[in-house]
Amino acid sequence: MNPVLNLLLEGGSLTTAQMAQVAGMSVAEVEQHLEQLKKDNIFLGWRPVLDLSREAAAAAAVRAVIEVRVTPERGGGFSRLASRLAKFDEIESCYLMSGAYDLLVFVNGTSLQKVAGFVSEKLSTLDGVLSTSTHFMLRAYKEGGFLIEQNETEGHRLTVTP
Amino acid sequence: MNVDPKRWVARHVAALPKSGIRDFFELVAKMKGQDVISLGVGEPDFVTPWHVREAAIYALERGKTYYTSNLGMIELRRAISTYVGEHFNIGYRPEDQVLVTVGVSEAIDLALRALCNPGDKVMYHQPCYVSYHPSISLVHAEAVEVPTYAKDNFSLTAESLRAAWQPGCKILMLNLPCNPTGGTCSLEQLEKIAEFCREKDLLVLSDEIYSELTFDGVHTSIATLPGMAERTIFLHGFSKAFAMTGWRIGYACGPAVLIDAMMKVHQYTMLCASIVAQEAALEALLRGWDSVCKMRDQYHRRRDLVVRRFNEIGLTCHSPRGSFYAFPSVKPLGLTESEFAVGLLEKEKVAVVPGTAFGVNGTGHVRACFATSYEQLITACDRMERFVNQARKT
Repeated sequence: MNPVLNLLLEGGSLTTAQMAQVAGMSVAEVEQHLEQLKKDNIFLGWRPVLDLSREAAAAAAVRAVIEVRVTPERGGGFSRLASRLAKFDEIESCYLMSGAYDLLVFVNGTSLQKVAGFVSEKLSTLDGVLSTSTHFMLRAYKEGGFLIEQNETEGHRLTVTP
Repeated sequence: MNVDPKRWVARHVAALPKSGIRDFFELVAKMKGQDVISLGVGEPDFVTPWHVREAAIYALERGKTYYTSNLGMIELRRAISTYVGEHFNIGYRPEDQVLVTVGVSEAIDLALRALCNPGDKVMYHQPCYVSYHPSISLVHAEAVEVPTYAKDNFSLTAESLRAAWQPGCKILMLNLPCNPTGGTCSLEQLEKIAEFCREKDLLVLSDEIYSELTFDGVHTSIATLPGMAERTIFLHGFSKAFAMTGWRIGYACGPAVLIDAMMKVHQYTMLCASIVAQEAALEALLRGWDSVCKMRDQYHRRRDLVVRRFNEIGLTCHSPRGSFYAFPSVKPLGLTESEFAVGLLEKEKVAVVPGTAFGVNGTGHVRACFATSYEQLITACDRMERFVNQARKT
């Protein structure tokens, strides 16, 4: 397995220089591996993980999860409509689901009105969309693998033990 | 009247040497708040996986606050039996061949107390875990050291075992992979050691606490070799692989008669291991294996990092097949292990433990634990490089 991919799977918190140290290669080699992973469409890109409830990060403070029921198309199934949806900038993530609805869509916006407007004017009016059910997120407790409240008591190990 | 309380301390306790680790701990403690990176710990940097902690909390919520069977909860003993069967290929009956203890430390103490008559000889390889020798002294038995050497990557060999053996030897203590050296034995060596134990009728206390953290090849327990299960007490626990040091929970498995003898001592001295820790251990065995593998893979990459860096900067270091300790040599610098450790701590604020804290064959070596984040390890290695270069100049 690609050694750089291993480190990304661990959480990807290392810089390329640190990855180079850990994997025992040069920074240029790490970058080459990253390039290859990008070419192979495995590594899509970096993103910061932010606590969006903080005022400083309020630019994308309103988030909604939308369950979308759609009519699958002959020949294309759900994919054509799903990839059409996914191209909207407002949509952060889009998944095909099993169960009571078909697509699960995560939407980000600066205000309630903007998100609501996007759902009512864009999303639900698309051909093939049967219904939407929108849930606004109230509070995050864990984001992208990080706890919002760092209440772990780490760093309490004694410094020297047998 | 001048009353010196010292006179009340038992002679064999007064004679126990102070742990070299303790001295060094006090030195490091003085530097609190000074950005010291410690490679001196003997425990994982991971917190116990949440599902295990949550199971313990749930146990408390359900009012699980009472004693358990002296042997430990039967559900836990069943899970231990299954786990040891699947991972080590040894079959133990949960009813009478498994004893849950307060960490492997208690299991070692119980075994020695249950099996040693005063004057019996107990062999152990050194450098080794700091408590082996004192545990033997505490039961009035006699410790017989078997040296291991840097040239063998601190693997125990049947030859050194034979050379150290003397009439009256009854027990051999093994710790593979080994704290502090990371030393293990090849299957071939282990077979020779087993043969020697059968020849000399030795009972083996096999402390396999680091076995899940074996990075190259597979770990083999000596108990699986022909004729060994009946003369081996298999000691294991949750501290290292499951990151559960503070829970103090471990177990011993072996022939029913020996487990019963250990249980006698355990029931009068400890009664039982903490029920909360037992509940946590059960959860760890039932659903914790994925976490163990994740942590092991990280230790593996950290090992490769520190061993490579140590060798690059001139601290000769074999690649430990298991455990989370590297045991590099500082001899090329012309410093003793203590001068190196103290100098490194004072000048570059990195704590490693002098090898002599673990036995005389640790002379010229230091123990560096790599159970620390990549970032810290990278910085620690850079600081050590600076220290080594400086030491070379002077």
